[in-house]
Amino acid sequence: MARTLMPTVSGPTGTLYRGREGMWSWVGHRITGVLIFIFLLVHVLDTALVVVSPEAYDAVISSYKNPIVGMGEAGLVAAVLFHAFNGIRVMLIDFWSKGPRYHRQLFWGVIAVWVLLFVPFMVRHLSIIFSPVHG
Amino acid sequence: MTAVQSTPGPSDAIDAPRSPYRRSKPTRTNFELYAWLFMRMSGVLLVVLVLGHLFINLMLGDGIHQVDFAFVAGKWASPFWKVWDLAMLWLAMLHGTNGVRTIINDYAERNGTRFWLKMGLYAAFTLTVVLGTLVIFTFDPCPIGADPALLPEFCPAR
Repeated sequence: MARTLMPTVSGPTGTLYRGREGMWSWVGHRITGVLIFIFLLVHVLDTALVVVSPEAYDAVISSYKNPIVGMGEAGLVAAVLFHAFNGIRVMLIDFWSKGPRYHRQLFWGVIAVWVLLFVPFMVRHLSIIFSPVHG
Repeated sequence: MTAVQSTPGPSDAIDAPRSPYRRSKPTRTNFELYAWLFMRMSGVLLVVLVLGHLFINLMLGDGIHQVDFAFVAGKWASPFWKVWDLAMLWLAMLHGTNGVRTIINDYAERNGTRFWLKMGLYAAFTLTVVLGTLVIFTFDPCPIGADPALLPEFCPAR
C-alpha cells in the first residue's frame, strides 16, 4: 500500500508549522508583524512633529481624535497583543523542553490571554473615542 | 581549499578525482544565529516596553484624547521616559527590520527584487532611527514663540 511508503510526519495534532494552530499562528505572526512595522514608521514621523512646533504636532494629533482613527488604534492594539503573546509562545517552543509538545495548547492560551486583555481595553477605548474631545 | 572548480593555473595542482567542492560560498559568520537570538531577546523587552507604552498612553488618564504636545513634553521632561522611548525605538526598529528582511528573503524570488526591497527597507530603517533619535535628544519642551496655551505647565511662558 502506498500509505506505508508515506513518512509519518504528522500525528493527530499536525506538525509545528504545517496546518492547524502551528501554521495559522505563524501566518498571524507575520501579518501582524508587518502591520505593526508599517505603523511604527508612520508613528515616528508624526511624533517627529514635536520638534517642528507644538501647533504642528497638535494639529496632526487632533486629526486622529475621531472614532474612525480610534478603530484603527483598536486594530493596532489587537495586532500588538497577538504578536506579543504569540512571540512568548514561540520562545516557549524554542527554549522550554515541553514547549513543542504543547504548542497547540499554548496557541489557545495566547487566544485566551488576548481576549482577556483586549475586551477590557475595548470597553475603555471605545468609551474614550466616542466621547467628545475637550481642550 | 582554494580555487575550487576553476581552470588550474600554473601553480595550481589539479584536484584529485571526486574531491569535495563547494556548491556555494560559505557564510563565514553566525549572523543568522545572532539575528534569531536577537529576535527573542528584543521580543521579551518589547513586550514590556510596548505594552507599558500602550497602557500609559491609551488606558490611563484621558486615553488617546490626552495625547498632545503638552502630554509628550510632560513625559519627556523625565529621563526615564526618554530612555524608555529611545530603547523602544531602537529595539522595535531592529526587530521589525529583521522580521521584514526575513519575509523579503522568503517571498521575493528574483535576486534583483530581493536586493532592492532590502535596500528600501534598510533606507527606511536608517531614516526612521536617525530621525527618532534626533527628535528625542533635541526635543525642547518649552519652545520660544509657541502658543503658551499649548505648552506644559512647567514652562515659564505659561
